[in-house]
Amino acid sequence: MTGGAAAGRPDVHPQAVSGPLASHAGPYFGDFGGRFVPEALIAALDELDTAYHKAQSDPAFGAELARLHRTYTGRPSPLTEVPRFAAHVGEGVRVFLKREDLNHTGSHKINNVLGQALLVKRMGKTRLIAETGAGQHGVATATAAALMDLECVVYMGEEDTRRQALNVARMELLGATVVPVQVGTRTLKDAINEALRDWVANVETTHYLLGTVTGPHPFPEMVRDFHKIIGEEAKAQLATEIGRLPDAVAACVGGGSNAMGIFNAFLDEPDVRLFGFEAGGLGVSSGKHSARFSGGEPGVLHGSRSYLLQDEDGQTLPSHSVSAGLDYPSVGPEHAWLHDIGRAEYRPVSDHEAMEAFRVLCRTEGIIPAIESAHALAGAIQLGREAREWSDEPVLLVNLSGRGDKDVATAAAWFDLIEDEPVVKADEGEQL
Amino acid sequence: MSVTVASQVGAHLDELRAQQGRAALVGYLPVGFPTVPGSVDAVRTMVDAGVDVVELGMPYSDPVMDGPTIQRAADVALAGGTRVRDTIAAVEQVSGRGAPILVMTYWNLVLRYGVDAYARDLANAGGAGLITPDLIPDEAAQWLTSSDAYGLDRVFLVAPSSTRERLASTAAASRGFVYAASTMGVTGERATVGDRAEQLVADTRAAGAERVCVGVGVSTPEHAAQVASYADGVIVGSALVRTLLDAPDPTSGLDSLAGLTAALAAGVASVSR
Repeated sequence: MTGGAAAGRPDVHPQAVSGPLASHAGPYFGDFGGRFVPEALIAALDELDTAYHKAQSDPAFGAELARLHRTYTGRPSPLTEVPRFAAHVGEGVRVFLKREDLNHTGSHKINNVLGQALLVKRMGKTRLIAETGAGQHGVATATAAALMDLECVVYMGEEDTRRQALNVARMELLGATVVPVQVGTRTLKDAINEALRDWVANVETTHYLLGTVTGPHPFPEMVRDFHKIIGEEAKAQLATEIGRLPDAVAACVGGGSNAMGIFNAFLDEPDVRLFGFEAGGLGVSSGKHSARFSGGEPGVLHGSRSYLLQDEDGQTLPSHSVSAGLDYPSVGPEHAWLHDIGRAEYRPVSDHEAMEAFRVLCRTEGIIPAIESAHALAGAIQLGREAREWSDEPVLLVNLSGRGDKDVATAAAWFDLIEDEPVVKADEGEQL
Repeated sequence: MSVTVASQVGAHLDELRAQQGRAALVGYLPVGFPTVPGSVDAVRTMVDAGVDVVELGMPYSDPVMDGPTIQRAADVALAGGTRVRDTIAAVEQVSGRGAPILVMTYWNLVLRYGVDAYARDLANAGGAGLITPDLIPDEAAQWLTSSDAYGLDRVFLVAPSSTRERLASTAAASRGFVYAASTMGVTGERATVGDRAEQLVADTRAAGAERVCVGVGVSTPEHAAQVASYADGVIVGSALVRTLLDAPDPTSGLDSLAGLTAALAAGVASVSR
């Protein structure tokens, strides 16, 4: 395509949805999505769109990605039933965790990063740039860059580089350059702004390896497709284990990539309820949260139209969460669409609920989850109250999107486990 | 386009070329820097010192097309509580001095205000139109309608990376002029104007644009003269903003703003078209 992302686009998008949801293509998801970026980037987005769709229909690309997932990522990731945790969810409820925490680099992020890095090699570009908040996507991108011999620059808010010193060191060990962003609020949203500025200036040699299902087309569609393996594996694994579909799927939603990844295979299964849990922070009424659906309204940020935390004028509002990975003022446009058509439901989970679920999983199952993923676990506990109305033996599938090694300092501070001043000090809400 | 709407900025540029045989100087300043009244004073100073068209920036929390200088000014403006309605009021206060006023705005601010309501209020305040750095014509259906309804100019951008097809569609959707980014990159002062700028202007004209102005990295009187030899207008932003940022006090800031503006205007006038 030639930039006509919206050529001939009508003023109003029909809300009626036809055809399968799972393969819905961009640039629009109902009223959401699009390409709200400087013209300078359109040629690169078109190039990416073309390269992606060409790769999609090339069996060699799929085979190479599958080989990497098998031999490098460690896919398929296991499906683990967690009965001792399920006892905290509700009597008679069965809970299965999709173990993305066991992937190389510790989260689902690697699925998308390897896919995009392979595309970059095909496009002949030599330099990757990425944004990162807590550092997880930055580490995954630095990993792929090392593996595929690409130059890598990661933009990270100055505040985050200070708080995430160990992840900065990890990226540097992998050969990446970490650039502290000293403008704006000096957090993830400003890191994305800086990455976009770099991309405008260096687009001929550089690929922006966006880490989630946000941004201009084709990112939301492409990143979803690289993650849909999560739901496809889980669906097959559940069929083997229990011979049926789950009653509900739960995932945390920051930008929303792990949630889109596990939802996708179930979008066209009308009996499967889909729940996204966003960071309610200190409570939606406190104003200190990242609950875009409960506390935001439609608007444009970073290239696409979606739900957004914004003030009366449309200036972006700062977000808050105990989990850096969910601390973002907007959300992927496909989630906004699924929300509006009623296919998925989005609810806030507070910092406190998430940390309680974090503790429960550690104690009952011997699994330390990422605090992001703990929001999905807390969501499962919320659902326990209504799950018995769904079926006699309700089955909940929860995406355990990442492991909690990175969160140990935050959790230790939260639960008052550290009495002395730690060597590397964590403020509340920080992840070392 | 079935509607024919006269362009305020276009008419002004045509008049400068016909009567004075020269290109226009387009000067950018953000509303609310250093304060809202201070920015109104600065725009008046800039117009009196020789700017032909004003590009009035609405400060935004996430300005991805802007470099450090304009970001700093926008941060100060937002920290000072500058609102979107201050921009409309500022347009009213600086219009009528012979220089048409274009507002440069990131799109979410207009979406939030309501595209049609914004167009109505801007037109009522005497504004000439909008420059939209993160809105491409493909996403602008509502703005095309509202700008026609209220007789406003709509300045879209092209870049050295734009394909011929996109130059044509952008030229067709624009009114007033097409904004050619001289280089791949964000706003900010540079040692030289990108060597792809002249070709981009020629290509954009060949793709159907009536008028093409060049911005991004145009900083000095020498740059202004160079660009004025092939473009319909010379757009300067960061260099003007920096006169205010660097000034020890507001009065000397306005003096140095007037000095640079006059020098840029002389640069533009030194070459005939």
